[in-house]
Amino acid sequence: MKLMKTLLTATAIMALAAGAAQAKQLVYCSEASPAHFDPGPLTGGNDFDASSHTIYNRLVEFVPGGTAVEPALAESWEVSEDGLEITFKLRPGVKFQTTSYFTPTRDLNASDVIFTFERQYKEDNPWFAYLDGMTWDYFQGMDMPKYIKEIVAVDDLTVKFVLNEPNSPMIANLAMDFASIVSKEYADQLEASGDLAAFSTQPVGTGPFQLVDYQLDTVIRYQAFPDYWDGKRNLDDLIFAITTDPSVRAQRLIAGECDIMPYPAPADIAVLQGNDDLVVLEQEGLNIGYMSYNVTEAPFDNVNVRKALSMAVDKAAIIEAVYQGAGQDAKNLIPPTMWSYNDSIAADVYDPEAAKKLLEEAGVTNLTTDLWAMPVSRPYNPNAQRVAELIQADWAAIGVTANIVSYEWTEYRERGKQTDRKGPFQIGWTGDNGDPDNFFATLFSCSAIGVSNYSAWCNDEFEALIQKAKTTSDQAERTALYEEAQVIFKADEPALTLAHSKVFMPMNKRVLNYTMSPLGNHSFKDVDVTE
Amino acid sequence: MTEITNSPAPVSALKTSGLAEFWYYFSANRGAVIGLGVIIALVLIAVFAPWIAPYPPDQQFRASFKAPPFWYEGGSTAFLLGTDEVGRDILSRLIHGARYSLSIGAIVVAIASSVGIVLGVLAGYFGGWVDNVIMRVMDVILAFPSLLLALVLVAILGPGLLNAMLAISLVLQPHFARLVRAAVMAEKNREYVTSAKMAGAGHLRLMLKTILPNCLGPLIVQATLSFSNAILDAAALGFLGMGAQPPTPEWGTMLASAREFITSAPWIVTFPGLAILITVLAINLVGDGLRDALDPKLKRS
Amino acid sequence: MLNYILRKLALIVPTLIGISICAFAFVRVLPGDPILAMAGQHGVSPERYEILREQFGYNLPIWQQYFNYVGNLLQGNFGTSLATKRPVLNEFMTLFPATVELAMVAMIFAIGVGVPAGVLAAVKRGSWIDQIAMSVALTGYSMPIFWWGLLLMMFFSAYLGWTPVSGRIALSFFLKPITGFMLIDTLLHGNWPAFVSALRHLILPAVVLGTIPLAVIARQTRSAMLEVLGEDYVRTAKAKGLSSRRVVSVHALRNALIPVVTTIGLQVGLLLGGAILTETIFSWPGIGKWMIDSIFKRDYVAVQSGLFLIACIVMAVNLIVDVLYAVINPRIRVQ
Repeated sequence: MKLMKTLLTATAIMALAAGAAQAKQLVYCSEASPAHFDPGPLTGGNDFDASSHTIYNRLVEFVPGGTAVEPALAESWEVSEDGLEITFKLRPGVKFQTTSYFTPTRDLNASDVIFTFERQYKEDNPWFAYLDGMTWDYFQGMDMPKYIKEIVAVDDLTVKFVLNEPNSPMIANLAMDFASIVSKEYADQLEASGDLAAFSTQPVGTGPFQLVDYQLDTVIRYQAFPDYWDGKRNLDDLIFAITTDPSVRAQRLIAGECDIMPYPAPADIAVLQGNDDLVVLEQEGLNIGYMSYNVTEAPFDNVNVRKALSMAVDKAAIIEAVYQGAGQDAKNLIPPTMWSYNDSIAADVYDPEAAKKLLEEAGVTNLTTDLWAMPVSRPYNPNAQRVAELIQADWAAIGVTANIVSYEWTEYRERGKQTDRKGPFQIGWTGDNGDPDNFFATLFSCSAIGVSNYSAWCNDEFEALIQKAKTTSDQAERTALYEEAQVIFKADEPALTLAHSKVFMPMNKRVLNYTMSPLGNHSFKDVDVTE
Repeated sequence: MTEITNSPAPVSALKTSGLAEFWYYFSANRGAVIGLGVIIALVLIAVFAPWIAPYPPDQQFRASFKAPPFWYEGGSTAFLLGTDEVGRDILSRLIHGARYSLSIGAIVVAIASSVGIVLGVLAGYFGGWVDNVIMRVMDVILAFPSLLLALVLVAILGPGLLNAMLAISLVLQPHFARLVRAAVMAEKNREYVTSAKMAGAGHLRLMLKTILPNCLGPLIVQATLSFSNAILDAAALGFLGMGAQPPTPEWGTMLASAREFITSAPWIVTFPGLAILITVLAINLVGDGLRDALDPKLKRS
Repeated sequence: MLNYILRKLALIVPTLIGISICAFAFVRVLPGDPILAMAGQHGVSPERYEILREQFGYNLPIWQQYFNYVGNLLQGNFGTSLATKRPVLNEFMTLFPATVELAMVAMIFAIGVGVPAGVLAAVKRGSWIDQIAMSVALTGYSMPIFWWGLLLMMFFSAYLGWTPVSGRIALSFFLKPITGFMLIDTLLHGNWPAFVSALRHLILPAVVLGTIPLAVIARQTRSAMLEVLGEDYVRTAKAKGLSSRRVVSVHALRNALIPVVTTIGLQVGLLLGGAILTETIFSWPGIGKWMIDSIFKRDYVAVQSGLFLIACIVMAVNLIVDVLYAVINPRIRVQ
């Protein structure tokens, strides 16, 4: 009987699929399986691609291809004079998706917004720990609990965020994936049935696509949400074909098994560009790969030693061999596409002779040090091992012996942030929200020592500038402050800035209107395909 | 396979007239002789690597990243087999890599066989609970797919060549233990052992001088088999990023770091794989020859 | 017979305990912190860290953690994955059919080619057929299969475009899984093109995974055949004037296959090991790749339970092979 039933549903689905033969379908070869579909606690770019950019929306969203924010579920917002209150006017008539497991009875209202955020920090909320061992990583990481005093519903379609202190990046934070708005009505339904975990596997959102089926580690199927508030999208079916190996992804794209793919292996880019059926879009990434000196460790506490070692590194060779040309020499901590980038700073020079001399003057001879290399490929540094091999050879030329060390990825970061760590440490960062504060304060503020300031570098002047910039709302003023901070950074060389990697997006020519996001997410909301 | 063919002791093919007879049977197998030749050549290459290799294995030629082999368009005789992704000469790395692969095989076999023999003899000779405990532990090890077990062990110990070798030794060692245990059990009640016991021979003497030499044949065959398995497993671990770490010119590791170039620069991927195949093939050829020469049952047919 | 099976089962109990201790211990000594592994790039606050430690019982003494773990296993609770927060057993069962299907097809390929090749080589002993068959078998036996897989994929999928690159079935087919076995599901749905597509996706991975078993089986068949062909009854049959084809197929082959069956059974552990590499290369969504991913992601719970489940499966298969062997060959029971 059960088999019969399954067969029947299966035939029904097949009939649907057959009926929709003319439907517009896009196959995206994604790079990893999503952990689940609730963007609140998730952290990976692949997780967000599969949830927040398909199934959900946020109050405000980043404009396609940029880091400015535009209205989404909130039609408009207002910041109070003292900067302590932000009031959002919600868009009326926004529908939640109707699925086999949930039928909404009402449109989006203020209670959904309040629920979305309260579950992330109110420990007495039943949803605060609805999955085993969950953490609200981004909500914590962006310091939201520190800034948010309370969130109140002024009326059904008006929500007010009350802050403890003014915070300029707050609006941009609310455009981030973790702030995706979920349905309170659906949560209540699950709470009544006792199956809270289903919230993460059977998602309901307001977004352009709704989940149809997920086969573990294999394929995710979405269909267009017909009642999407911004009108039904061009695509009817969206398929994520999960393919972890970048070379295999490239082969699948060439073979026509998928239409578009992220993160090609640097080595494959030339091949893909040479293929007549494909287009390869490219964009400067909002990221930085760097190598932190521990400024509390001798002899790296001497700025001239740091400069000498940096000077001895042939960055051009690294960019050619590791980034395969898909990288850009980094002279500053922030990438050139970000506002407040200080272009007047001189690029690093490769000069082993001068480096040798500088080391001699500093009285450093026969230096032997560890050189840390990440065990994983990251967008900002595709192969840290290879970078380490190149730096090792460069340093050997000035009489410095480097031993490459590496640990398992969590262990690596854990050991790296200890202030008594020995040896320069490779690491990097991908921007979360396009605000320079997200680079300067996160990576090199004094309070980040022992957390994500891998140089243990605390410079009073630098600190004063970035703290002032954080509480200032005038962009021109902030720009001046950050430009100044970059000068100090360069003069003290707490880290060798290696490269900003370029991001490539190869796709079939039939894919139209794809816009690359500088934040590294992949959204198919506005994509269309030719027949 | 040896577990199946390890029937009662091949009465010491290596004794007395042994060597000549052994060589007679061994040399009758043409493949085995070729394999032996290849192995000797590999050993010579490994020993004299620094003198044979055109360049040091980690010297980076920054002007020629990914230069193709000399017969390709744009290749040059300066780098006969081309260069890799950071401009190192592939031929030189392969030559130095022979050192790693052969020593991996040798060290793993040494560890696995000595541990396995000791455990097998103890289990077989003493029987009872000693036997039970040892063999149940072996069962546990054998219940895990060997590569998976090695992988987890390396994940625990930390990636690296030494740890990879230890892990592989551990997963290969039960084969030796089982083999020796079976042989010892078969031998220990034979007349010559009993009479030696009567004559007052101690446990150790009995085991080492009397029983063990009688299962040397299958042990040697098992050792060659383990040798090739060790090379393959180490390469597989290297390929999964858990074996030797770059820039070590170990062949599996070379393959792993070059995998992304399979379309754009296939030679970086082709040669290390070929080197592994040739080495393992040569060892297996010799293994076959040894089996023919040492196993009287097959000799007959 | 029953006695024999019971004896074998009794032996399994201590091994199972050993396996559970191993799986538990391995994961406890893995470097890295499971709680930090759960958190992302921003880390976790010290207070939350303590709460989580307590929630997962990592604060208890180690022996108590072990007993909790075994207690849970006995209740069929294999824990929830740290990465996906879903029950590990569910994930395992979802992915397991993909691996079994791949291994089965690989085995069919290995037997289908290996046994005839071995018989032919034995019958034509010393001929060029024998020489070629055995050289190929030995080469296959010496093959680093991860490299072999890459080469085949480059040649057949990328260069010639004959076989699909990756996946289990073309994405245009959307069939609800019934058994999880793609070949069977497509037939149950009566969808012939989907069946063909699933088969085409299986070819390369199955060939790669089947290469070493094929070589082993061919060599084993040949030597078993040679042995049987030398036995008296076969000679008698030949002397009686039975055609040599009949002698080979009826008398010799049947007896020669007994050791071959054992060999095939012994390949299961190897197949699962090989599946790790094959699945990684072809991005095949099975348990081999899942284990590798879990090890790299430090999904401690998944690694622990995965190891335990895989070891149990290997043991179960070995037990079945032992029993089958005892059925075919009654002499073994007495030993």
